[in-house]
Formats: sequence, structure tokens, C-alpha cells
Amino acid sequence: MLFATAVFAPLLGALLAGLPGRVLGDRAAQLIAICFMLLASVCGVAAWVQHIYLGVPNGVVPVADWITAGDFRLQWALQYDTLSTTMVAMVTCVATLIHIYSVGYMAHERFTTSRFFGYLSLFSFSMLMLVTANNLVQLFFGWEGVGLCSYLLIGYWYDRPSACAAAIKAMIVNRVGDLSFALGIAAVFLRFGVVDFSTIFAAVPAHVDDMYHLLGTDFRAYEVIGVLLFIGAMGKSAQIFLHTWLPDAMEGPTPVSALIHAATMVTAGVFLMARMSPLMEYAPGALGMVTFIGATTCLFAATIGCVQNDIKRVIAYSTCSQLGYMFLAAGVGAYQASVFHLITHAFFKALLFLCAGSVIHAMSDEQDMRKMGGIWRRVPVTYAAMWMGSLALGGVFPFAGYFSKDAILNAAFESGSGIGLYGFACGSAAAFLTAFYSGRLLFMTFHGAPRADHHTMEHVHESPLTMTGPLMALSVGAVLAGWWFYPQFIGSLQQAYWQGALFNGANNHVLQRLEDVPAVIALLPSVLGLAGFAIAVWFYIINTALPVRLAERFRPVYLFLLNKWYFDELYDRIFVKPAWFLARLLWHTGDETLIDGVPNGLAELTVDGSRQAVRIQTGSIAIYAFTMLIGLVGLVSIFLFNR
Amino acid sequence: MMNWAAASPEIFLAVAGMAILLFGVLLKKENAALCTMLVLGAFAATFVMVMQTVPQTAYSSLFVTDAFASYAKLLILAGGALTMVLSLDYNERQGIGRFEFPVLMLFSTVGMMTMASAANLMTLYMGLELMSLSIYVLAAFAREELRSAEAGLKYFVLSALASGLLLYGISLTYGFAGTMDFAKLPDAVTGVDGVSTGLMVGIAFVIAGLAFKLSAVPFHMWTPDVYEGAPTPVTAFMSTAPKVAPFVVLLRVLIGPFGHVSVQWQPIIEVVSIASMLLGSFAAIGQTNIKRLMAYSSIGHMGYALVGLAPGTESGVRGVLIYLLTYVAMSAGAFACVIAMRRQGKSVERISDLAGLAKTDLPLASLLTLFMFSMAGVPPFAGFFGKLYVFLAAVQSGLWLLAIVGILTSVVACYYYIRIIKVMFFDAPAPAFDTRSASVSFVAIASGMFTLLFVLALGPFTGAAEAAARVLFG
Repeated sequence: MLFATAVFAPLLGALLAGLPGRVLGDRAAQLIAICFMLLASVCGVAAWVQHIYLGVPNGVVPVADWITAGDFRLQWALQYDTLSTTMVAMVTCVATLIHIYSVGYMAHERFTTSRFFGYLSLFSFSMLMLVTANNLVQLFFGWEGVGLCSYLLIGYWYDRPSACAAAIKAMIVNRVGDLSFALGIAAVFLRFGVVDFSTIFAAVPAHVDDMYHLLGTDFRAYEVIGVLLFIGAMGKSAQIFLHTWLPDAMEGPTPVSALIHAATMVTAGVFLMARMSPLMEYAPGALGMVTFIGATTCLFAATIGCVQNDIKRVIAYSTCSQLGYMFLAAGVGAYQASVFHLITHAFFKALLFLCAGSVIHAMSDEQDMRKMGGIWRRVPVTYAAMWMGSLALGGVFPFAGYFSKDAILNAAFESGSGIGLYGFACGSAAAFLTAFYSGRLLFMTFHGAPRADHHTMEHVHESPLTMTGPLMALSVGAVLAGWWFYPQFIGSLQQAYWQGALFNGANNHVLQRLEDVPAVIALLPSVLGLAGFAIAVWFYIINTALPVRLAERFRPVYLFLLNKWYFDELYDRIFVKPAWFLARLLWHTGDETLIDGVPNGLAELTVDGSRQAVRIQTGSIAIYAFTMLIGLVGLVSIFLFNR
Repeated sequence: MMNWAAASPEIFLAVAGMAILLFGVLLKKENAALCTMLVLGAFAATFVMVMQTVPQTAYSSLFVTDAFASYAKLLILAGGALTMVLSLDYNERQGIGRFEFPVLMLFSTVGMMTMASAANLMTLYMGLELMSLSIYVLAAFAREELRSAEAGLKYFVLSALASGLLLYGISLTYGFAGTMDFAKLPDAVTGVDGVSTGLMVGIAFVIAGLAFKLSAVPFHMWTPDVYEGAPTPVTAFMSTAPKVAPFVVLLRVLIGPFGHVSVQWQPIIEVVSIASMLLGSFAAIGQTNIKRLMAYSSIGHMGYALVGLAPGTESGVRGVLIYLLTYVAMSAGAFACVIAMRRQGKSVERISDLAGLAKTDLPLASLLTLFMFSMAGVPPFAGFFGKLYVFLAAVQSGLWLLAIVGILTSVVACYYYIRIIKVMFFDAPAPAFDTRSASVSFVAIASGMFTLLFVLALGPFTGAAEAAARVLFG
């Protein structure tokens, strides 16, 4: 009951705040949405506590029948286990804080914000539906729900062309992944005949040797399914090749970015990998791909993050990079570490985004870090919170990020495979870069000489309590979440904690070996993190001329990174331009000429035929009688010919 | 011992007609309305009598009463009564309110009922002539008007030609089969060496004679001119009951005596049907006069109804009977709307006169919209089910061509039906029409209700049509 309340309260909030919002007015709509989110988070946390500490066993909470077609039955039901309760607790808490924060952030909107709060709540509900699904189709429902809500929220300022473009881009790029995910679901259904998790997972060992014969080659069924599901996850979680929508998603209001990057949406892909771990464990090839893509994304996004100037973009690429870590962990079989990083990341990434929002708010909607600087005395709370978030992101002991990132790198190292070591190398390099760009962000934004104009600087002010409150709450999480959850998520208590919600194959001992890594390796993330920060200090505090010189010296590299490895341009050439061309062709030739032309031509023919048909109707009886007789002759002829 | 009671409804109606005629002559005053009421009363009484007839054959197998005949007669009486109500107000306003009008309609109806009960080619011809003779006079009833006189004369001359064809066909049939009895013809038709050529030519002539009355292509030429010229209630009458009677006779002749040579006549019906559907839909497009438009619409509708006859199956006949039922209702309703088109005491007939009717008279516009949609075959109105059943029968018998042409021409026909709706709802309003009388509103609303609610009473009506159709295959 608690659990169901946690899931459905946001839906109720969304409906009540969103639909009659105009009538209710701003305050009432905000109050409704926040109250229902609060209720959801209380219930969510309570359900989690019940499961973990009070020993309520795994189970399924049935809600309603959905589809009954022949033998195929599908229910709306909530999966009640450690993975879902953990996610629900995290999503509801973070989403609640973001709701509260939005009250302050959206205070200067011209129009009523009830629509915004309705969308936010609906977004949270979709994500909750996704994480609590007990079957793939319901998961897909939530999956598409977050896709839809992200579209609505990214394009919330629909009068800005760039926001609309970003919203459409997010939708379309996600479509690519979703198609693959849908195919994956279909493949699962073909293989198992069902879509609910417990039945699928129970049947997994029975189908291990099933093969697909595709394009003249045999593929193991699980590899195919695993790859399809992973491509779906890549879209939602913005992994390399399908990552282009995420930075553009910054066009939405900052709380939305926080919600997308921290609690909902992008973590869905990671969650899917964790949820499907009983199947993924039998698909080593697919897992290799997961590791490779995750590791590559992790490094790739970090390099871009180092040179971006938009404060939100830097954080966006850091998300991309951190998601890479999570996939890296999932790829080497350390799902626990993956989810662990997901949770800690949710705290510090939400924190970072909300801080960025607070900064932007203070700087009169300025997002370019080159026009900031020297404001740390004016915004002390934001500044402190940003520090904690950055340290957590940079993986510095004892902040949250340290524990999870350390675990992932250790797991990658311990996996022993070549791809694992590749992951380790990428992850370590990314850890260094992460610390560097976090420091860069901090120093450019808060330190040095003020670069904003006089007018803006005069207005710099600390945000209201509705905004700083969530910052402080999240700061606590960013500081403590790693230390607090480490033993349970991946440490000694992990088996008792997960209670079978995540599956590790018989030969998968990555978690047990985590403690065995050499001290050098174990210390590496911290060392790299500190080094990164040190270099950031050197570059942006001590010798501020150096980065400019470096950029000039290695101009091609700089431009390559600044332009995000030219992915957008590449996609524009490969996909967008041909699509436009095809669309124009279909429009002008296909639609205007053929599809419109045929009916238009037919219509002209018809009018013409009509004129001909009445020509004989002259009014002369003789002609009429003649026609009749001719007709009769015709009929008799038919009769005679027909015998 | 001859069973006189078999034709009691017809006898009663004929006697009542003569009595009313006498009454009208003797009364001397202006008494058209009273006579119309009396005729309507006679119709009502006949209606009840028809409902109570028992199936039997009488007068040396010249006359038959069965469920099929009763269905047809009830439909004929209803169609006649509806259009008679329409004439009440129109005739008075046009200055042609004379008592002979309802009496002529009555005699025409007697003729049609006789046709429906015909069990012999001679009875058929008798009924047909009685029906037609009355209609010639009715068509020319507005005798001061040139158009009306022309319409009457045209119809008379061409109809005489058609009657000649029919008679010739009957005599050929008699000559080759040796009998005119429907009951005996099947034996004569199935000779040892198949059907004789002469007999087949005879059938073709009979079909031609009846197709003229149905205004099926290529015997349709009179229809637009006569429809346009005749007084509107007469046009309404001609497009309802006098379409039903020849059609049921055609059904009875082709399914009954010639049923087992359906392969022979099927191509003729198909050709006539396709030609009618095509002409009905295409020729109507350029029309500006709504009565002419309705004439072409009527040609098209007969084409659709013939689709149901072509397979020569029970479900086909059922489809035709349902089609005729819905067609009578739609037609009466549509003509009620046409009769309501009066401006400053004068009847107007152009489609452009309907412009913006929705603004000046929404109820009338809505009703006409309803009839137009129904005629176009838009569900859930009555016209849709008529089309559905005949097309279904055609498809079941594998006559795909008919069904496809039917559906395509329906699409074309949609254009001119919906154009009227467009003119009424979206064009700049023309001056308002005169206030219409209660009688016209009554017919429009009654037909409208039937057209609209037919879907609810689908079961009983289909059941009746099915029972009637079964008789022919009994």
C-alpha cells in the first residue's frame, strides 16, 4: 500500500496540479504538486525501510489487469524488491527536492507554472512506473512516459526555437534507442512467451543455448536480446553515439535538467541493465559491448567537459561521463556498484545542477562561465554546496562519489578481462579529467576577477530559501551517501541488502574480489582526483593565462573538443540532411504530385465525365426513345451472346 | 368457388377511390384537403387490411397474396401516404389544389398494389398501366404550367413505348412458353434443350419495360425532365412508391418463374445496374436544379438496388427490400425539404437557393443534411444499411465488380450530396424561406426519425424483409 501510494501519488499530483492549474492559480498548483511528491517520498522511503530493515519480503503489488488477449495476460503490477524500493526512495526524494527548488527558480515566470509542475510530477510518476514495473511492457510504458515528459519539459519554453529543437532532438534520438528496446522486448517475448520478469528470469537458464540465425550467421539469442536492450539503454542514458540529445536538453529550465540528469530519465538505461542482470549475465558478448561503450563514453564525455564554457553544458557532459562509469560497472558484472554509483550520482548531480541553477539565477540568467567569476562571497550557500557536489563528483575521499567510483574502477580492474582493463584505463583517465573540469567550473564561476558587467554584478544575490533548502539537503546526501551505503550496496552486507534483486552469474566474483585490489589501484581515483583539482587550481587561479596559451598551441585539439568531437555535424551530414532530402522528395513529389495529383486528376475526370453524361439529355423525345431502343438492342445482344 | 377476399384491400381501396371521387364531384366546393384526408383514411384502412391478409392464391392463379406482396404493399401505401401529405400544402399554395389529385394518387396506388400481388404477366400489366395512367395525369397536373404539361406528355409518350416493349415481351414469353402464369412458367422455361432464344428475348423485353419505370439506364432518359417538370409532390410520389412496385415485380418475375435461369439474365441486370450507378453519380454532379439532382440520385439508387437483384439469392432480395424501404423514407424526407423551399410564395428549386440555410432555418438544414448523408450511405443512417446489405449479397455471390463499382460511385455521389450540405452550412445566407406548413414538417421529421433511428430497429425490419424474401425462394 505504501509502495503503491509512493508510485501513484505523483500521478495524482500531476493531474490535480496540471489539468485545472489555470483555475487553481500558481500557488495552489505548486502546493498540490509538492504535497503529493512529499507524500510519495515519505511513502517511498517508508517502503524502502520496511523492505530493508523490517524484513518485508520481496513481492508483487498487483494494481489492475491490463491486457488479456488469448493466452497473453498482462498486469499492471509493482515489483517490490530492493532494486525497485531503492530507486523509488531515491527518485521520490530527489524529485521532491527539485519540486521545492522549482518554486523559487520559476518565481519570475511570466505565465502560470502549473503546467510545469504538472509535467514535473508526471515525469516523476513515469520514472516510478519504470522502476517498479514487474514486466517489460510496463517498463516500456514508463520508459516512453519519461521520454514524453522529457520532451514536454525540455521544450517547456516553447516560444524559444532552440528549446523546441532540443525537445524534438531528444525525442528523435531516443526513438532510435526505443526502437531497439521494443525489438528487444519482442525478442524476449518470442523466446519466453511472457514478459513478466519473474517468469523470464526463472526460464533464463533453460534457453542458454538458443540460437538466432541472422544474415547467414548464428547468434546466441541472449546476445541478441542483450545488445538490443543495451542499445535501448544507450538512447535513454545518452551513451556515445546516442548522446547528442543530452547536452541540448539544457534548453529546459534548470530544475528539469536536474531531474533528467539525476533522478529520472538518464538513469533508466542503467536501471534496465541492473533489472535485466539475470539475463545479461548469460550474454558475455553483450556485456563486453556494455563495458566498451560505457568506458568510451566515460572518457569521451569527460574530454568535452574540459573545454565547454556553458556551466550547464559542463555538468551535462559530466553526467554523460558518469553514466559511462555506471555502464562500465554493469559491463564487468558489478551491477551493485553500478546502482551504487547511480544513487550517489543522483545526489551530487542534482546538487550540482541546482547549484548551477542558483548561480544562473544570481547572475541574471547568464550561463557562460567566461562572464562569471568572483562571486563566491555573494552566494555563500550555493558556493559551499557546489564545492561539496564537485568534490563528490571528482571522487575525493570521503565524499559520496569516491566510494562508488572507486568501487567501479576496482571492479573493472579486477574483472581481469582485456575489455575490463580498457575500462579501467578510460575510467581512471576520466576520473582525472572529471576532477579537472569540476575544479575549472568552480574556479571560473566563483573565483578570480568578476567578468560580468557592473549591472549584473550589482544584482548578484543568494537564492531564496526554497532554493537553498534543497541544496543543503542534497549536500548532506552528496557528502554522506557513499560512506553510509557502501557496506550495504557493495560491501559486506550486500547479499543481505539486495536479497536477490540483482543477479551475479556463477563465475562472477567481481564483488568479492573488490577488497583484494592492490593498494596502488585502490588509491588511484583519489590521487587522480586531487591531481585534477590541483591542475585546475594552477590553470584557473595561479596562472590564468596558461589555458588560453594551451588552447592556441593545440588549437585543432581544442576545437575538436569544443565542438564535441563534431558528432552533431557528423550526424547532420549522415542522418539529418538525407532525411530532409527524403522528406522534401516525399513531400513535393510523393505528396503534392502523386498523392494529391491522383485525386485532383480524378476529380477533373469526374467533372468532365459528368459533362459528357448529360450531353445527350437534350429534352427531345425522339432522342430519348432512340436511346431506349438502342439500349434494348444492347440488352438483347448481351442476352444472346451470353447463352 | 372463387376466393374474392384475396384482393379485398385493393377492392376496398378502389371502391373508396370511386366513392371519394363521387363525393368530390357532388360537394362542388373547394374540397381538396377534405378529399386528401379521406384518401389518407382509406390508405390507413387498407394498410390495416393488408397487414391481416393471409397467404393465398386467387382468381385462377392471377393474383397472389404472400409476405412478399404484403411487404411491398405496405411500403407502397406508406410512400403514397407520405407524399400525399406533402401535396396538401403544396397544391394549395400553387393553386392546383383539386380533389382529383388525391384520387389519382389512390388509383395509382391500387395499380401498384395489384402489381405487387401479380401472379400472372397479365395482372402485372394491368397494374402497371393503372399506375402509369394515373401518373401521366398527375405529372401534368399543373396544366397551366408549360413544364408540367411537357413532363406529363413526355412521360406518356415514352411510357407508352415502354409499355409496348413490355407487352411485346409478354407476348413473346407467352408464345414460347405457352403460359403467362408465374407458377407454370418455370416448367416451360426449363425445356429439354435449354431456354429458347425467343423466350430469352421476351425476358429481355420484359426487363426493359420494367426498367423504364425504375428509370434504370438506358431507360432513364425521361427521369430528369419529368422530375423537374412535374409538381414537386408528384415528383416525390414518383420517386417513392412507383419505384417500389416495378421493382418488386421485377424481383418476383426474375426470381420466381425465371429464377433458375438467373445465369442468363444476370449479365443484363449487371450492365443496367453498373450503368445506372455510373450515370446516377456522374451526371448529377453538374446539376443546379435540386429536382433534377434528385432525379439522377434516384437513377443511381435504382442502380444500387439492382446490385442486390443481380446475384439472384435470398440475401440479395432481402437487401433490395431493405434498400427500397430506406430509399422510400429518405426520398420522401428529401422531397419534403424540397417542398419547403418557398420564397415569397413561389417555389424555388435551385441548389443555390439553399445557401446558408443553416443560419436561417437550422432544423430544415439539419434534416436535409441527414437525408443527404443517408443517401450518400454514411453510417449510421438508414441509407448505409441499404447499401450494406446489397453490397454484402453481391460480395457473397462473388460479384465483386458490382460491389466495387457501387462503392466507387458512392464515393463520387458523396460529392453532390455533401455539396448541398456545404452550400447550406458554409455559403453566405440567401433570404429565408417562407414558413413551412405543419404537414411538410411532419413528413420531414417522420422520415428523418426513421432514417436516423433505423439502426435501432434494424432487427424487425431486416426480419420482415427476410421473411418476404424467403417467399420467393420458398
